[in-house]
Amino acid sequence: MRRFARTLGPAAAMVLVMTAAACGGGSGSSSEPSGSDNTSSANPDGGDGGDADLLVWTDSLKIDAVKEVAESFGESNGINVKVQAISEDLQGNFVTADAAGNGPDVVVGAHDWIGNLVQNGAIEPLNLTPDELSGYSEKAVQATTYDGKLYGVPYGIEALALYRNADVVPDEPASMDEAIAAGQKAVKAGEVDSALNLPVGQLGDAYHMEPILTSFGGYIFAYDEGSGYDAQDVGIGKEGSVKAAQEISRLAKANVLRTSISGDNSIALFTSGKAAFLVSGPWALADVKKAGFEYAIQPVPGFEGQEPAEPFMGAQAFMVAANGKNKDIAQEFVNNGVNSEEAMMTLFEGTQLPPAMTAVQEQVDDPDLTVFTEAANAAAPMPAIPAMASVWEPLGKAYSAIVSGKDPVATIKSAGNTINKNIADAG
Amino acid sequence: MADLRDTIDNQKDPDADGGSRFGFTKPGRDGIPALLVKVLFLGVVIGTAIALTPALVGERSWTFLVGIWVVTVILVATYATGRALPAKYLVPGTLMLALFVVYPIFLTAQTSFTNYGDGTRNDKQTTVDRIVGSSVVRSDDSPQYNLTIATDGDPESGPFTYFLVPQSDPETVFEGTEDGLEEDPDGVTVDNGRVTAIEGFTVLDIRQVSAAADALDEIAVPTDNGNFIVRDGTSEAFEGAPTLVYDEDADTITDTTTDTVYTAEQQGDREFFVDDEGQRLSDQSWTANVGWRNYERIFTDSRISSSFFGIFVWTVVFATFSVIGTFLLGLFFAISLNDSRVRGQKIYRALLILPYAIPGFISLLLWSSFYNEDFGLINDITGLDINWFGGATTAKIAVLLTNLWMGFPYMFLVSTGALQAIPDELKEAATIDGAGGFAGFRRITLPLLLVTVAPLLVATFAFNFNNFGAIFLLTGGGPFTPDNPTAGGTDILISYTYRLAFGAGGVQIGFAAAVSVVLFVVTGLIAALQFRATRSLEDVN
Repeated sequence: MRRFARTLGPAAAMVLVMTAAACGGGSGSSSEPSGSDNTSSANPDGGDGGDADLLVWTDSLKIDAVKEVAESFGESNGINVKVQAISEDLQGNFVTADAAGNGPDVVVGAHDWIGNLVQNGAIEPLNLTPDELSGYSEKAVQATTYDGKLYGVPYGIEALALYRNADVVPDEPASMDEAIAAGQKAVKAGEVDSALNLPVGQLGDAYHMEPILTSFGGYIFAYDEGSGYDAQDVGIGKEGSVKAAQEISRLAKANVLRTSISGDNSIALFTSGKAAFLVSGPWALADVKKAGFEYAIQPVPGFEGQEPAEPFMGAQAFMVAANGKNKDIAQEFVNNGVNSEEAMMTLFEGTQLPPAMTAVQEQVDDPDLTVFTEAANAAAPMPAIPAMASVWEPLGKAYSAIVSGKDPVATIKSAGNTINKNIADAG
Repeated sequence: MADLRDTIDNQKDPDADGGSRFGFTKPGRDGIPALLVKVLFLGVVIGTAIALTPALVGERSWTFLVGIWVVTVILVATYATGRALPAKYLVPGTLMLALFVVYPIFLTAQTSFTNYGDGTRNDKQTTVDRIVGSSVVRSDDSPQYNLTIATDGDPESGPFTYFLVPQSDPETVFEGTEDGLEEDPDGVTVDNGRVTAIEGFTVLDIRQVSAAADALDEIAVPTDNGNFIVRDGTSEAFEGAPTLVYDEDADTITDTTTDTVYTAEQQGDREFFVDDEGQRLSDQSWTANVGWRNYERIFTDSRISSSFFGIFVWTVVFATFSVIGTFLLGLFFAISLNDSRVRGQKIYRALLILPYAIPGFISLLLWSSFYNEDFGLINDITGLDINWFGGATTAKIAVLLTNLWMGFPYMFLVSTGALQAIPDELKEAATIDGAGGFAGFRRITLPLLLVTVAPLLVATFAFNFNNFGAIFLLTGGGPFTPDNPTAGGTDILISYTYRLAFGAGGVQIGFAAAVSVVLFVVTGLIAALQFRATRSLEDVN
């Protein structure tokens, strides 16, 4: 018996350790793509792009589609084209590499980088003719225009929409209140755990909260058609945002918004049938399709008696590096290689992002993607101004604090003060 | 005891000073192979220096050029001559130290006196060029031309001529030179709205255009209404003109459409071009020296000073508890498994190393999801309903628990190794002298163990003091109070400063460098104190 105990003592301790290690397997927590095929992250000497006449940087999710377009441009012009995927922090690596003169000629990225890239002198404006520009959806052009100049040729647009588990909630809700009520009913009936999966997390998620903020008349920066977003006019802490904060607090008390639901698990919980509704973008579509229940998608509705919800709209675009070795070819590629219906079709098929070119939008017959196109066209471009970097953290944390039970009015006002101070500090 | 210690000492370094007795320290007696290696090595060093020189002269990197030759001269002087014997052993280490430790610290310190970061990455000249260069505006009625670039000279140096066909009017052809546009040049073949061949000219292909880009930028083809022909890629062009002009003497930029004059003005830690009312022309600024400003900010910013002390205390607590906790648990397992009566030692040891074998990033992210209030493994299994990361105390406990799990296998390994190095006779002797069980452990095993392990404990402390990953991946520094979203409940100094420097308002590398220098001094002081304490430990033994 003593011998047995001696063997068993450490074994008991081991069990604890093993449980922790083994249980990890199933609950894959990170939804971040981190593929590393054909990757050369932080390529300090730029050596492997040296012999190419055109070097393009993109991320690992889009590389196949971008490659196809770039290679067909290379073939028709008789030049060597190289496309590389930077899997980690493409924007940061691009800024650093470009400043050092080792960067690519073209970078494919999100429109909200433009402000930072311009302030770092890393990209050049483009000169598409007004005719060419009219071929793109208005919001996509708005998103890629900064300081009155076009800085990218957009190919894909995205915005949040409302996914519904139609097995649980058969009828399309007309407002957010209806959706929440239907979800809560399903929770009470024990059909699901969560009425609405809207990511909050411990650190907050200002991106996913934007539909609620805007439905109550809140805004982050004031928008003007001519001059774009104004960093001096911050709407956080003002009336609309206070009303939104109060609603968020109410929803948290009703256990609709929870800090335990974050960007890491909201899609997985929805696809495993544990939530009635999900607020997410086109990137969740593939998983939802595989989930094995009837689903429906609609643009995020507003709250009853309030304004329509306006989520952030994002555009993916091709931009020309300011310090590239082959700037002329880069301009040519973006102006004529990318800016064509054929290339846009290839990019759409490869990335499955709602297309930015209206001619391609019309050819899409996937009803789900059409909803996302609609949602994106009704949304407001995410601010690209550098001041936005001062907003994400304080605002997200304020939302999270309100959901955790802090006073909504004081919290949102204090977040507004912090944001204003951050913007002033950042120069 | 004294005899025993001698035995151990002798075991440790039987030939510690053996090196000096052997031939390779005597000058002039190298064997042929050694000589060959030496010649080859010095040849490579000198060859590399010579090969790099033209490139560095071309780039005007005088500092690097001088640095490389100084190193080369030092290496040659040390190894090619028979003198300076100690230097032969010291030089490689010293050079490495200088290159990989001193130089980065020097660079960091240097950067900490600048405003380098997002918006200030370029120098002033580049910034002005970018602002002015980006101001080209297409004139309202400009047609888009199909552009063909040709030369009657050399495709690399020109002279170049533009042949333009308006896309709206494919019958017309213009010839563009520095003298302006001329309609209907002779000997032109137009195909599909584009000039494809010109008598006496060579048409440049896309590669040649790209290669000649700098020369082409020098050419301005003026048009009748005061604009210029601007290349748009390699196959198209339009009429336009820059709207901004930089006056180098006055250091101002003028907008020619509105006659607004923008002058450089200090705003915050950087300069911008602004008009009379302080409105910025652009968000682009440039690198500048800011003196002690970054350091002043560390010590005067109320948000930093108000949270700094609390975070410092928690950093020390976190590092201390992590070290003591992992050491005790690791030691406990090591002692349990060191007993020869335990069966299946190897399996247990292998399993205990497991947390160490899983990449830290993965296990931290997994643990982070374990602590989820509603869907996490921990609350599920234990039936608790704790919002782990919601409160500062529970979040701190969670961080310490996880770090314990992450860190004990290392201590287990180290302790097992150290325990096995303690001769069994010692313990036997102690048992005979009446110090069995715990007394034997406390008086014999532990002190001997600490001699080996103590420096590692200091190193582990220093590591945990800056254990960015454990905090950032687990809690992200949270939870945060609404009135201070920059300092979280589990933030340690490094995660806190990371957020200050990179979290809000873009990347502020100059400021981050200043914080690094301060942290370097703080950790250096703590490590120095600890090593002093460790030394006294050895004396006791």
